[in-house]
Amino acid sequence: MSKRHSFSKRTVSLTALRSVGAIAVCLSGIGAALAAPSTPDAALIEKGRYIAAASDCSACHSVQGREEYTGGMAFALPFGTIHSTNITPDPEHGIGAYTEEEFSRAIRRGIRKDGSTLYPAMPYPSYARMTDEDMHALYVYFHNGIAPSAAQPPKNTIPWPLSMRWPLIFWRGIFSPSPEKARKTTQAAYDDMVLARGAYLVEGPGHCGACHSPRGLAMQEKALSTQEGDAYLSGGAAVDGYIPPSLRADDRTGLGRWSEDDIASFLATGRNQKGEAFGSMTPAIMHGTQNLSAADLHAIAHYLHHLGPSRLKEKPWVYDPRVTNELHQGRTTERGAMLYVNNCAACHRTDGAGYPDVFPPLAGNPVIMSADPASLVHIVQSGATLPAMHKAPSALTMPSFEGHLSDQEIADVVTFIRQSWGNNAPPVSRRDVEKLKKTMPPRNLSEGPIPQN
Amino acid sequence: MNTKNADAIIVGAGWAGTIMAKELTEAGLSVILLERGKEHTTAVEGAYPDSIDELRGAVRKRLFQNLAKTTVTIRNTIDQTALPYRQLAAFLPGEGVGGAGLHWSGVHFRADPNDLRLRSAMEERYGKKFIPKDMNLQDYGVTYEELEPFFDKAEKVFGTSGTAYTVKGKVMGDGNVFAPDRSSDFPLPAMKDTFSASTFRKAAKDAGYHPYSLPAANASQPYTNPYGCQMGPCNFCGYCSGYDCYLYSKASPNVNILPALRQDKRFKIIANAHVLRVDLDGSKTKATGVTYLDTTTQKETSLKADLVILSAFQFHNVHLMLLSGIGKPYDPVKNTGTIGRNFVYQTITTSRVWLPENSYTNQFVGAGGVGVAIDDFNSMNFDHGPLGFVGGSPVWVNQAGMKPIAAALGTGGHGTPRWGAGYKDALVDTYKHSLAIDAHGSNMAYRDVYLDLDPTWKDAYGLPLLRMTFTWKDNDIRMNQYVVNKIAPIARAMGATKVSLNHLEFGQPFDTRHYQTTHLGGGAIMGDNPQTSALNRYLQSWDVSNVFVIGSNAFPQGMGYNPTGTVAALAYWSAHHIRTIYLKSPGPMVQA
Repeated sequence: MSKRHSFSKRTVSLTALRSVGAIAVCLSGIGAALAAPSTPDAALIEKGRYIAAASDCSACHSVQGREEYTGGMAFALPFGTIHSTNITPDPEHGIGAYTEEEFSRAIRRGIRKDGSTLYPAMPYPSYARMTDEDMHALYVYFHNGIAPSAAQPPKNTIPWPLSMRWPLIFWRGIFSPSPEKARKTTQAAYDDMVLARGAYLVEGPGHCGACHSPRGLAMQEKALSTQEGDAYLSGGAAVDGYIPPSLRADDRTGLGRWSEDDIASFLATGRNQKGEAFGSMTPAIMHGTQNLSAADLHAIAHYLHHLGPSRLKEKPWVYDPRVTNELHQGRTTERGAMLYVNNCAACHRTDGAGYPDVFPPLAGNPVIMSADPASLVHIVQSGATLPAMHKAPSALTMPSFEGHLSDQEIADVVTFIRQSWGNNAPPVSRRDVEKLKKTMPPRNLSEGPIPQN
Repeated sequence: MNTKNADAIIVGAGWAGTIMAKELTEAGLSVILLERGKEHTTAVEGAYPDSIDELRGAVRKRLFQNLAKTTVTIRNTIDQTALPYRQLAAFLPGEGVGGAGLHWSGVHFRADPNDLRLRSAMEERYGKKFIPKDMNLQDYGVTYEELEPFFDKAEKVFGTSGTAYTVKGKVMGDGNVFAPDRSSDFPLPAMKDTFSASTFRKAAKDAGYHPYSLPAANASQPYTNPYGCQMGPCNFCGYCSGYDCYLYSKASPNVNILPALRQDKRFKIIANAHVLRVDLDGSKTKATGVTYLDTTTQKETSLKADLVILSAFQFHNVHLMLLSGIGKPYDPVKNTGTIGRNFVYQTITTSRVWLPENSYTNQFVGAGGVGVAIDDFNSMNFDHGPLGFVGGSPVWVNQAGMKPIAAALGTGGHGTPRWGAGYKDALVDTYKHSLAIDAHGSNMAYRDVYLDLDPTWKDAYGLPLLRMTFTWKDNDIRMNQYVVNKIAPIARAMGATKVSLNHLEFGQPFDTRHYQTTHLGGGAIMGDNPQTSALNRYLQSWDVSNVFVIGSNAFPQGMGYNPTGTVAALAYWSAHHIRTIYLKSPGPMVQA
């Protein structure tokens, strides 16, 4: 069973919200009889499966080693551990007793069958945008497309009074839009059909903002759509130790230099010419985006591509060949340079360009230049594996360097990477590395199946 | 009662087995692939920097066959008693998923058209009498033109780097002028020359020869093959042969085929499954499946299938045929039977050249398939008339990367001290300033060189070991000496300060203690006559028509080129005909 650890305070709150909400939506009903199931047609079930993938329900409700959609993902919080729930059509342990209206209300409004409020980790402020037609397909899929399972996730250990849900009614009232309003915001002002489709997928089922938008004091997303301001998708707080970058046109720290094709191929395969997925984006692609049609991926890419930058003062990244030239002349006097040559250059090259699609470039990579170095340090410490995807069967692995390099050496090599090739990002100290070691994600390959190639 | 476990069972998860599995699953068949070794994972064992640990790798033989369980016995001549090969030395069969395809170097040739019909071609040019008595010189039964699409397909799957000479009859570039025409260019441009290779290229050209870049299944650029599998480019780290490539640059079944295969629900791979025999029905003309031993549980399991593909290493295929009673064992005295006939090797000697101290060959740099070769003395590219031998050798500088332990062990001798200051000077000089030139020659088949079951020695599973009867014959020694003599003037033209030429001596027996090559061949050869070949031109057993035997076991003689490219092409060729002919109407595809 995969066990996620939460690290910074913000991460804790965020994952707490996400998972508790997920649990709430799945709370079993009062034993109401199932609506008499007619045989829904296969195409509708297939459509529902597609929308489930677009909505990435698996991210929280499917766990390695358990039956699909039976929940059980653990979230360790300072005040207890909670688990995502079973959303299979089992009437007692799953959501089999939900009517379509109740199902739809839970997903779009955050109100569960018994009338209480879901924790907003369940991204109902985003799902509010989903159409009736998609809700119908999703309902049919979750009732007829997957097998019911009586599997029960482990019991939550949240003590009273923190377990009370009624204060969330106020949160919901303030921060979650009504489906009518949400749909209007997202579909407003798009003459371009492709753009409209992209906006729908990103702001609605895709709930990209849940990780990639900053949150306010009440943990609400500062903007739920591009209509609500430039904070939307401008980068979020750490999730499982990694920093979700800006998806806007920020040149250094966002997708400013990614083409539409780059974005689409990233979402289809987890890799492209500019970078590779890591952290929780990997399962989001595996369970979610890789299952979407090329047309939908292009719509998403088209939409993201049209978002402007959020950091207007950011100077465009320009490749600086100084370090490359020095390394090519055998000069490794700069701090971290020798470590880089010995440990990194084989794959990422002395010019920092990597080998596109196989080993990501470090020169000009937004993950490297982010103000918070957590992602970079954690990848060096823990390593990373990009698993096989349907359209890219090769699994590619970066080994873990924890134990191989000291904290000081990691600080030196990471600083070297952050300051070479025009990256010009702030240095990282040994103390930073020591601190980040405490929030280090599980070591590469310590969880899940080992890719065999 | 039909209770088959799969449509096809494939034995051995190297290049041949994974190619067959890919092709047969594409045809809609369910496939079980059995591998007697363990799974190998680049992400774990192959992870940098531990992967390039020479002690663990080449010295302690991480990726090779465990001889404590099963091996072969070897003797030079028919009147001797064979003894077991207890330590890996002369040749290094792989073990585990990927097989020899995981530890190979990556030199990736297409067969020379004449080598595929060597008897016919030699007789046409020099007459029947030219062929020595007791040399079992034979044609493959398939031509280069027939195989061309499959050579082409294999290169695209392997991501092979090279420079074409002609494509569809049009001269393309600085490729091998002796190479046959191609239907398309190499998928990747040639690897860059090492300093040693470029020095050889210039000297060979000045001497009037025709140097070309070795075709290498080491990726010169990032590459995605037709199966969607990805390779990173080679950085010349020098850890190809004997290692799994942490850069995913060296083609292997693990990197180039299995990632796609493993996504196919019709495909299942079982590791640690040591196949004991192919099970035949009462008539001995049809296989019903195979029986294997799970080496982790010691449990025997029989699996049933319509089709059995043997794609283990060359001599394991022959061994399994003999153990299973497929076909008639070869008898060199009566000159009857086919299983074990035409066992062949390659005739390879390595010479070393030292350049002046201002020339840095940096022997630690390299890649398994990188280098520059000349084919002026290979195959039938020169006049054998006055020379009196059959066969030839490409000559090349293939700087594959000299590892530190190998360098230390290899220094000394030939007048150089084996210890002390003189040894150290020689070690440094050799590592920095020397280079190796190989004569990578052919080896012909002879009536008294063959494979059979050993009458005495048994393996850990109680089965008789395979016995090799092999030694060097005058024809091949003469060829080797002739070609090695051509190296001296090239070495001088390179500016050599010292040259150590190595060639075979007449009467010199095969010595199993030193590495020569893992390019073993024959023993279950393909051909057009069931009296002299075990397999028909589609690599289908003449005797048991639902058994196909894929590998260099099918080569009637050892060619000068490295065998993997031809093995892969033969696998695709056989698979194509299984798909288009056999599956529609199972039975012998060629009437005996």
